Amino acid sequence: MTSVTIAPGSADISAAPRITGSGKGRAWAYVARKAGLLLLTLWAAITLNFILPRLMPGSPADAALAKLAQNGPVSDATKAAIEAQLGVPTGNILEQYVAYLHQVVTLDFGVSYTFYPQSVSELVSTALPYTLVLVGVVTIIAFVLGTLLGVLAAWKRGTWLDTLPTLAGSFASAFPYFWTALLLLFFAGYVGRLFPTSGAYGPTASPQFTLGFLGDAIYHAALPALTILITSLGSWILGMRNTMISTIGDDYVTFAEANGLKPRTVALRYAARNAILPNLTSFGLALGGVVGGSILVERVFGYPGIGYLLFNAVTNQDYPLMQALFLMITVSVLIANFLVDILYGVLDPRTRR
Amino acid sequence: MSTQSIPPSTRAVRAIEEASIAPAPSPLKVVLRVASTVWSNGKARIGIIILGLMILIAVFAPLLAPYGARQNGFDRSADASAAHWLGTTAAGEDVLSQLIWGAQISIFVGLVAGLLSTVIAVLVGLSWGYVRGFGADVINFIVNLFLVIPGLPLMIVIAAYLSGGGIGMIIVVVVITGWAWGARVLRSQTQSLRSRDFVTAAVFSGERPFRIVFREILPNMTSLIVGNFFGAATAAILAEAGLEYLGLGDTTVVSWGTMLFWAQNSNALLTGQWALLFAPGLCIALLATSLTLINFGVDGISNPRLREGSKR
Repeated sequence: MTSVTIAPGSADISAAPRITGSGKGRAWAYVARKAGLLLLTLWAAITLNFILPRLMPGSPADAALAKLAQNGPVSDATKAAIEAQLGVPTGNILEQYVAYLHQVVTLDFGVSYTFYPQSVSELVSTALPYTLVLVGVVTIIAFVLGTLLGVLAAWKRGTWLDTLPTLAGSFASAFPYFWTALLLLFFAGYVGRLFPTSGAYGPTASPQFTLGFLGDAIYHAALPALTILITSLGSWILGMRNTMISTIGDDYVTFAEANGLKPRTVALRYAARNAILPNLTSFGLALGGVVGGSILVERVFGYPGIGYLLFNAVTNQDYPLMQALFLMITVSVLIANFLVDILYGVLDPRTRR
Repeated sequence: MSTQSIPPSTRAVRAIEEASIAPAPSPLKVVLRVASTVWSNGKARIGIIILGLMILIAVFAPLLAPYGARQNGFDRSADASAAHWLGTTAAGEDVLSQLIWGAQISIFVGLVAGLLSTVIAVLVGLSWGYVRGFGADVINFIVNLFLVIPGLPLMIVIAAYLSGGGIGMIIVVVVITGWAWGARVLRSQTQSLRSRDFVTAAVFSGERPFRIVFREILPNMTSLIVGNFFGAATAAILAEAGLEYLGLGDTTVVSWGTMLFWAQNSNALLTGQWALLFAPGLCIALLATSLTLINFGVDGISNPRLREGSKR
């Protein structure tokens, strides 16, 4: 796909900023409009999550009962009891919808079919920290490193500092990233025996805030972290490089150069500062994607985060868990999107029209 | 006013019109010209050669593969040998044969899903770019919803609800999650084209909106649409591999994705069968890379400035 970065409001950039109206009033109107859009999108996503399982053949309850039936015939009484226990929806579609909305608002998603009797909320809160720390930290590192390398590539255009990361970045996007993970796991984990091959901590450790456990956790997170870094770095470099190249051509950069400013000052304080806006948008979205962004990597390394939990839920047809996870992943992306829009409005007043 | 003699200015316009209407190039000629433009780009040429080879391998799989895709009974988890160039799987199947047969699935899914997403993207993107008012707002909301909902989780969840479906299910899932981006890109291009003079001229000459959008505006976006197709096909191939690696879809079908699924589930990592891990992933990467390379040449179709060798 041709890399077209569509930043919010980028279409409006050529339009002259409106001068009428008080600045503060317009800013609040902008926030209110974005907030309204967020609420509407949230409602649509929540409703989609409600409709999806009902559009599909076979009900979740049937799947759960089929699994139980493997151990012997299920009597009607047992069936009713199990349905009540699992919180199988009753009543007509409207009542189900109201009950579902109530569940969403109170964050009560019932019990997991697979990890019965643990509740969905318990499972999610156990898994969430692992994903947040692993993917969150790596995303921040990749963004900072990739942006700096992108600035360098654009500034030294045509040299190896430019061609090498650009080529690598273009091809990294064509590689299945779970394959990169598999190869790393095979060579560094199984053949080289440098890193553990699965899990978030050793078999003897238990989660606690001690130096020993933290060291063990970092050791276990090294390979998944490396995979995410390798596979995501390229797009940050490319994104920053491409916007930077177009800002370098702008008049104010030429003017700054003509004024005899140091090249480093021109690169960082003039060109990069303006070029970073679209990249910042992607960064916000990437942070929103942290929650659900590493499903394949977590699967490869058996890392007990949100992605691995979703994988388990899906393979075991654990519908309550799956619904809750999908909702959580979507909502975090939507909220990140909203925050990015607001931030963009603050950084680039032209978008607040 | 009575209609007597036609003013000279109108006559001049008619003359120009007649000259420009003169024989439209035949579709075959257009395709050939597009192909030669893409071929003239060095990177794209490499991509076309790789893709062509892969398609040949897929088509002639019955002749090329030494054994059947699911033919088992050989030594289990064997290393590479003269009889089995890439070794065998844990179920005693020939890895090389699976690799050759597997090409069919990846290429089929990539091309079909890429085509379907592109068709939806064109239909939605162009009409969205042309209409104004409430209709545009509604489409805007729907497309943004599909853009903002994370793709892979959505794919996984839909695939889970449609459990038991095979290749068809994977194509449906990939298309549902993959059309929105193209629609958005095509819409912005439509918006910028609709204010051009030739569109205004078409409106004043009384052409219907449908014809304006699909006969006047669409041909100007050929490279965007072709580029969108290759981009969507690449995404589809990677998504299909990912879904099959997770064991969603039909795991008894032999494809590069399911090969990786079985490789991890039968502990190919432990038994040290690097070929079984390495080869399918490399094939997926090669196929996706070839499409990405072709896209470098596609940019030149409707913008001669981007053609290789042409000076700006």
